Amino acid sequence: MSSEANTGGCLGKPMKRKEDPRFIQGKGRYVDDITLPGMLHMAIVRSPYPHAEITSIDVSEAMKVPGVKAVITGKDLDAAGLGWLPTFHGLDKQMVLAIGKVLFQYQEVAAVFAETRAAAADGAEAVQVEYAPLPVVADPFTARKDEVLLRPDREQKTNHIYHWEVGDKDGTARALESSPKRISQRIWFQRCHPAPLETCGCVAQFDTMGRLQFYVTSQAPHVYRTALAIVTGIPEDKIHVVSPDIGGGFGNKVPVYPGYVCAIVGALKLGRPVKWIETRTENLTSTGFARDYHMDVEIGAGADGRITAMHVATTADHGAFDAAADPTKYPAGMFGIVTGSYDVPAAHAEVDAYFTNKAPGGIAYRCSFRVTEASYAIERAMDILADELGIDAAELRRRNFVRKDQYPYQSRLGFTYDSGDYDRTLQLALDRIGYTQLLKEQAEKRVRGELMGIGFSTFTEVVGAGPSKHFDILGIKMFDSAEIRIHPTGAGIVRAGTKSQGQGHETTWAQIVAEELGLDPQNIMVEEGDTDTAPYGLGTYASRSTPVAGGAIALAARRVREKARKVAAHLLEVGESDVEWKDYKFQVKGVPAKTVTMKEVAFAAYTNMAQNEPGLEASYYYDPPNMTFPSGAYVAVVDIDRETGEVKVRKFLAVDDCGTIINPLVVEGQIHGGLTEGFAIAFMQEIQYDGEGNNLNTNFTDYLLPTSLETPQWETAKTVTPSPHHPIGAKGVGESPNVGSPAAFVNAVVDALSPLGVRHLDMPITRDKVWRAIRAAEIGTVVA
Amino acid sequence: MIPAAFEYLRASSVDEAVAHLQQHGGDARVLAGGQSLIPAMRFRLARPGVLVDINNVRELNYLRTNNGAVEIGATARDADVERAPWIADRRWTLLRDASRVVADPVVRQMGTVVGSLCHNDPAGDWPAVALASRADVVVRGRDGARTIPIDGFLVDSYTTAVGDGEMAIAVRFKSPDTRTAGSYQKIERKVGDFATAAAAVQISLKADGTVHEAGIALSAAGSCAVRVEAAERLLVGREVTPELIRAAADAASEKSAPQADLRGSVDYKKHLAGVLVARGLRQAMARLGG
Amino acid sequence: MKVKVTVNGVAYERDVEPRTLLAFFLREDCGLTGTHVGCDTSSCGCCVVVLDGDRPVKSCTMFAVQADGHEIRTVEGLAEGAALHPLQQAFWDQHGLQCGFCTPGMLLTAYTLLKHNPRPTEAEIREGLAGNLCRCTGYQNIVKSVQQAAGAV
Repeated sequence: MSSEANTGGCLGKPMKRKEDPRFIQGKGRYVDDITLPGMLHMAIVRSPYPHAEITSIDVSEAMKVPGVKAVITGKDLDAAGLGWLPTFHGLDKQMVLAIGKVLFQYQEVAAVFAETRAAAADGAEAVQVEYAPLPVVADPFTARKDEVLLRPDREQKTNHIYHWEVGDKDGTARALESSPKRISQRIWFQRCHPAPLETCGCVAQFDTMGRLQFYVTSQAPHVYRTALAIVTGIPEDKIHVVSPDIGGGFGNKVPVYPGYVCAIVGALKLGRPVKWIETRTENLTSTGFARDYHMDVEIGAGADGRITAMHVATTADHGAFDAAADPTKYPAGMFGIVTGSYDVPAAHAEVDAYFTNKAPGGIAYRCSFRVTEASYAIERAMDILADELGIDAAELRRRNFVRKDQYPYQSRLGFTYDSGDYDRTLQLALDRIGYTQLLKEQAEKRVRGELMGIGFSTFTEVVGAGPSKHFDILGIKMFDSAEIRIHPTGAGIVRAGTKSQGQGHETTWAQIVAEELGLDPQNIMVEEGDTDTAPYGLGTYASRSTPVAGGAIALAARRVREKARKVAAHLLEVGESDVEWKDYKFQVKGVPAKTVTMKEVAFAAYTNMAQNEPGLEASYYYDPPNMTFPSGAYVAVVDIDRETGEVKVRKFLAVDDCGTIINPLVVEGQIHGGLTEGFAIAFMQEIQYDGEGNNLNTNFTDYLLPTSLETPQWETAKTVTPSPHHPIGAKGVGESPNVGSPAAFVNAVVDALSPLGVRHLDMPITRDKVWRAIRAAEIGTVVA
Repeated sequence: MIPAAFEYLRASSVDEAVAHLQQHGGDARVLAGGQSLIPAMRFRLARPGVLVDINNVRELNYLRTNNGAVEIGATARDADVERAPWIADRRWTLLRDASRVVADPVVRQMGTVVGSLCHNDPAGDWPAVALASRADVVVRGRDGARTIPIDGFLVDSYTTAVGDGEMAIAVRFKSPDTRTAGSYQKIERKVGDFATAAAAVQISLKADGTVHEAGIALSAAGSCAVRVEAAERLLVGREVTPELIRAAADAASEKSAPQADLRGSVDYKKHLAGVLVARGLRQAMARLGG
Repeated sequence: MKVKVTVNGVAYERDVEPRTLLAFFLREDCGLTGTHVGCDTSSCGCCVVVLDGDRPVKSCTMFAVQADGHEIRTVEGLAEGAALHPLQQAFWDQHGLQCGFCTPGMLLTAYTLLKHNPRPTEAEIREGLAGNLCRCTGYQNIVKSVQQAAGAV
């Protein structure tokens, strides 16, 4: 419903989403909804072996299957110079289709093109591949021994990919040595998978102008376009990437996958559009996994609980190729955030990454580039430290918080935290959850042998990649962009370089523009995902959209406003310097009665602009000066059934501080979703490989997603500490709940089991694990 | 994923269905709910050359009570049991509990009780329920129908007494005495998962409060659902006390022979078998007012 | 094989292989892409449609030939022209969707839930939707949406 009066004050409004009408009517346009005339379907043949030489591939039977048009293999691609694909991190490459050997179970070996989906599946089944198995390297500790070399194609003949470190190695070691108290713990963040409900897929077509039209589930369409231009040699102006509606991303849809390249090759070779939509099994077994960090954490402290030093040494399992989609200079992402919300005087973090016979990936599942791993490590370690020192877990945190007066806070591991008020956030959490009362209840229950736990996570995370000084993907700096055009009748369009997969940009970006320009957000159209029209952006992942593109949008809007001011001055018949923007209107300074609305100015920009440039549009490419640092205080309360090991999450409170909130409805929804993912990770998710490299969790019966029945009720609250450097003070929030919640759950479970001597449990916290820990305590053995 | 191609035959009567099955033997499978068969076909783990669709055989779509006994036809759905008019009766609480936890609420709209028995997944729910309530399965073959007690019907994982060219057409649950109640206890990691462990319990009491009949069976406790006869014998003729429940639970743990898998270790599952039998007995007794 | 399926009140006569799953029949043969496919183990419920008026079924676990002679309602058949079904309105009002991929299946399962139980409790809603997965919302606002539609909010 449009209104004559501007809506004013759009930020912070719980506006209903503008994108919803099409989704609730089943009229969303996802990639598998796209059908082009003459379209072929593609299916991929995959390796059953984790590590094997390919001795032969016979496609003759496949070619006889009715409807099959072509089969391509790694040899065919290699001959065309397309055998390998650079990974987003840029320092490695991965095979498109296996060349010579396979390196993980379900690796892509051949692509079949057929008239129908069924024929492609039949054709894929008929491709005959002979393998000669090789010894399997099933974990990074085995890989480290370099007894079996996985990547002879690389210059360095080792399974060790890189060593990365940050901080003061010697100073930290000395400080730890001399610390009155010390804890050390191996903390593993298990391999899991983001598993959005829509799998990855694409439709590729070379149109009559010879352009590649590429519809694809991509969280970063411009980066795809550039990457494809580099890989295929097709000039970038001849490539049109369109990300249509995307059914969830969570980092799964950032990498360029082999299937995409095969589809493009098929479309070129056969002169017909090619559709490839992966199955759920393919999604879980071959697309970018998340985590798999074995972290050895050491913290030193005084008897009063003040941390003196922290050292973390991580062994990272990257799978068969280094496809961890990190910014180039950050092979371990933002792992340096591992000192968390605390003022740690001496710190050193290091990561050693290894190849194994597993699917490639590592950066996914709302991780903010390894912040999930770092956050989990520090928050788990804080509880272990609290336990060791006999100090209350909340109190220990408070004693070590970065104080409000320390901002901007320079951490010892290289980050400059922009703002935070951790005391206030934690206090709100403690008050809301009724901490004192809970402790009392817990004490009473403990006397009766009942297992009840309270777990905290007071995290600080780092998002908004990022300043060009530090961040690039394949060399492209991580700015983002916005283009705004206001139409004569006061409606408008904003295009951004981001790509929502459910985060609500069609609403929130309109709200920013509406706020800056005093227009009706219902009439600000938002467009993303089409590389022919959207300004260049690095896409949506790692909670970067609001910090970076949100900044670009606000600043582009302010450029529009500046242009509008000139026209306003003309309408108000005063000099430009006499016009100010006040109460969402242009006003003559000192003369409140003399105003003109943006809507009136927009019309004049086309009909009565005088000497000013006609039209009303502007763009902005925003290079943020810093990352942003959302934070939060989460509390989980759990009760454990001694007989079955079942953990019931009785209560969960998330207090988030993401700075300025654009739309509280959208923010709350993001938090609910992220907490549910954190819950799943903590209690039921793992992509496991056995000792022979067999993937044990290849579909939704083995890789578990919680239903409405298991998922707890989430309580949310907020504090607001704006980012001082962000144009609207916003920090972003999408990943915070996944970053912060796993530790809260695990801390609560360990807290419940602590009277039994349990100090740590690795995720996923299955019933069996809990029961074993209880039983071990009952029969007198301590579980570490 | 796409199944391999097959020939589709739609039966409109039991005779017609059996004739098709006779003709095609082991290459044919019956399609009722399809909630186990179709996923297996999508992974091409099952590749029947012929599917005989019995969903249009009206004579198989029934749930009826007959002098207190319940008979469920081959195409009656799990959800039909959930909504049956007699399901609120205390005597059927074992079936009621189970009908609410089979698979998930949507799959239950198509899945069938008889189909589940024929599929005989080691961690399925209906096989254990049928064992505990001493059901019979009616099988039609070339030479007519025969009734097979459930103990003999369930042979091994995914294997039953139904031979090639035959089909199960109904399951009959005997009429329980008035003082009967049951309980189905299932531990699953999430809705839709197979049981980590499950126990089906049905108790009938005499007027003096001692146990007249006891049915105790476990799911996810071996290659096939199993009756815990030792526990049943312990209970018959006795008053149900906490000590007796403990003893029955121990017998169940003892009998349970599960596989270790992603759901849990052998120890844990055996332990759960005992826990769930105990809980089942306590709930059944509570329902009986004891 | 020839099949005739009435979808949202319209008869579709098509010639299909027996192995064609109902979900793909609806999406590709009928051009109704609102029904989605999200997994291969009947776990996710993105493919749920309504069979013969009030039965939610996972259309990826049913063959099109089984639907011959039957009636199917997909998400495209929920609204009456421009008038949204109260469930659709409720999902919009309560922010019960984010990426929208699970939404058609959720709406239709909720639709059948309310048909059988017009005043469900929160527990009954959560139980009733347990065959439909969502990754984005954490279910909380979906529950609120169903409550609103049931007139309980």
